[in-house]
Amino acid sequence: MCQVEEDYNGLECKQEKIPVSTLNRKCMKCKEGTAVLIIRVNDAFCRSCFKEYFIHKFRAMLGKNRVIFPQEKVLLAVSGGTASCAMLSQVQEGLSREAPKKLRFMPGIIHIDDGGACGQSAEERQRSNSQLKSMFTDTGFPYFIVPLEQVFSLPTSVLVPGSSDPDQSNPSYKQAVDQYIKEKQTLTEENVASAVAQLSIEDSAYSPEYKLALERLFSSLKTLTAKEDLLQTLRQHLILHIARENGYSKVMMGDSCSRLAIKLLSNIALGRGAALASDTGFSDPRYGDVVIVRPMRDYSSKEIAFYSRMFNVPSVFISGLDTKTHDKASIQRLTESFVTNLQADFPSTVSTIYRTSEKLHTVMSPQSQSAEPASKCLLCLCALDTKVDKASAFHATLVSEQLSQTKLQDPSLDASEQCCTGGQGCGTGGCCSSNRLPSHQDLKMLLCYSCRLTVKDMEATDTLPSYIITEAEKRQKRSRMKMEISEYLLEDGQEDGD
Amino acid sequence: MAAPLGLHLEFGGGAELLFDGVKNHHVTLPGQSDPWDMKQLLAWIRGNMLKERPELFMQGDTVRPGILVLINDADWELMGELEYQLQDQDNVVFISTLHGG
Repeated sequence: MCQVEEDYNGLECKQEKIPVSTLNRKCMKCKEGTAVLIIRVNDAFCRSCFKEYFIHKFRAMLGKNRVIFPQEKVLLAVSGGTASCAMLSQVQEGLSREAPKKLRFMPGIIHIDDGGACGQSAEERQRSNSQLKSMFTDTGFPYFIVPLEQVFSLPTSVLVPGSSDPDQSNPSYKQAVDQYIKEKQTLTEENVASAVAQLSIEDSAYSPEYKLALERLFSSLKTLTAKEDLLQTLRQHLILHIARENGYSKVMMGDSCSRLAIKLLSNIALGRGAALASDTGFSDPRYGDVVIVRPMRDYSSKEIAFYSRMFNVPSVFISGLDTKTHDKASIQRLTESFVTNLQADFPSTVSTIYRTSEKLHTVMSPQSQSAEPASKCLLCLCALDTKVDKASAFHATLVSEQLSQTKLQDPSLDASEQCCTGGQGCGTGGCCSSNRLPSHQDLKMLLCYSCRLTVKDMEATDTLPSYIITEAEKRQKRSRMKMEISEYLLEDGQEDGD
Repeated sequence: MAAPLGLHLEFGGGAELLFDGVKNHHVTLPGQSDPWDMKQLLAWIRGNMLKERPELFMQGDTVRPGILVLINDADWELMGELEYQLQDQDNVVFISTLHGG
């Protein structure tokens, strides 16, 4: 009954599919236009009603979650695929002068060129980049086309969540809007001037050693799952860095409903269950000063594809890591085929998963004021979920891992560890800088469960970009130091003179 | 006795990778006694046009879930899906929604 291909011998009663007897259905909204599209289970829309519905949904999503303030700088992360290009066109649409209630923020565009990690040739990358460049210049917004290789020149501040602006004078949303409307006259010309002045920041030049380093990094990972996971992490870091550098306080990602449903299930499978709410929710505040929002999360991929086709939204197809791979190549790919196949017969699958994700909230916000940066995962910056007590499932996995390990750390690395434990510092930093690389064991202490699995898949951790390694060392030193002086530290709540 | 059928096929969203990267195709289906329907068209595409990895485009008799089909810019679900009978100079578009975001 629940198979994908079910044949009832002539009877037209496939599960959940309503037999279409008439060819010319009318639009269910205006009742007059000929329907061109069916969304959800049985809602037929005509062209103009669909366009209205699509545009309205975008603005309703932004209006309902009032996180984008007027005059704020927002970075749009465009991968070139249909969903992010549809998002771009919605933003353009919303900002255009004819819109009845104009959107009021200042967009910029960022595209990360990850062809180096996906094995694309330089000509292919050049071609996609130039297509994207012409698309971006048409919009008139400032844009950044950044190759993933730049991740090797990032500073360690990327791994530290910034403080969110505790500006007490920050008005509430409504007040901000009112204030903006009063000042509107003087601001419009400034917008145009600044946008034109800052047009293209295409930094596609990257040094060949970065290119090699990136290839080495990705070839040291054995499974496609880990590769995709790491690619996602590195991309986030790069976007975060560019946003911080250029004063953008929000980043809009183009994840559609279907994509988020797949992401939710595959994140659970990857061990990222603790961070589900921020990974798939509307806003992701884990980075502190830069908030990630997902305005497209209400659109199914069918709606987006239809809209792009009918209203000629340009997009560029770029092969990814999992293009043309078979269904079981990685966890993400498997989940994608599972959800998509299930959706074909049970059209409410994706929306059910989506509704469930809306109900998720983090019990302890990942960015609580009292948590020091050391208690966040090094790579994904979610709260560390690995400090649990002995009676947990996690502890059981650790024990079984220890028992099945045949060989511990390299003796050569052990020797160099001695220099810092005697209580003395490292002087000019001779021994502790680059030749003492963190082994798997050290890195693990700083990572959440799923990032541990990704790093465990790596053959050599020295292929990681230097900012990660430096930050890891710093945190280790700090925790070692803290352990050494722990007896002198006053605990919270301890009174003096006991 | 149906005359040969001229069709305009388009592939988008990544589906073109399975057809040598070519997005637009003009094909002429040979004449046959019964009118061509979508089911037969798909079988014909699989036999004559798909260069590699048929399982990424089709699943059994129909397209793989995740691939949208538009006939003359309208959802094929409104036209009867596989039972729709093709007419001369119809425009059929296959868009893959599995990639991209």
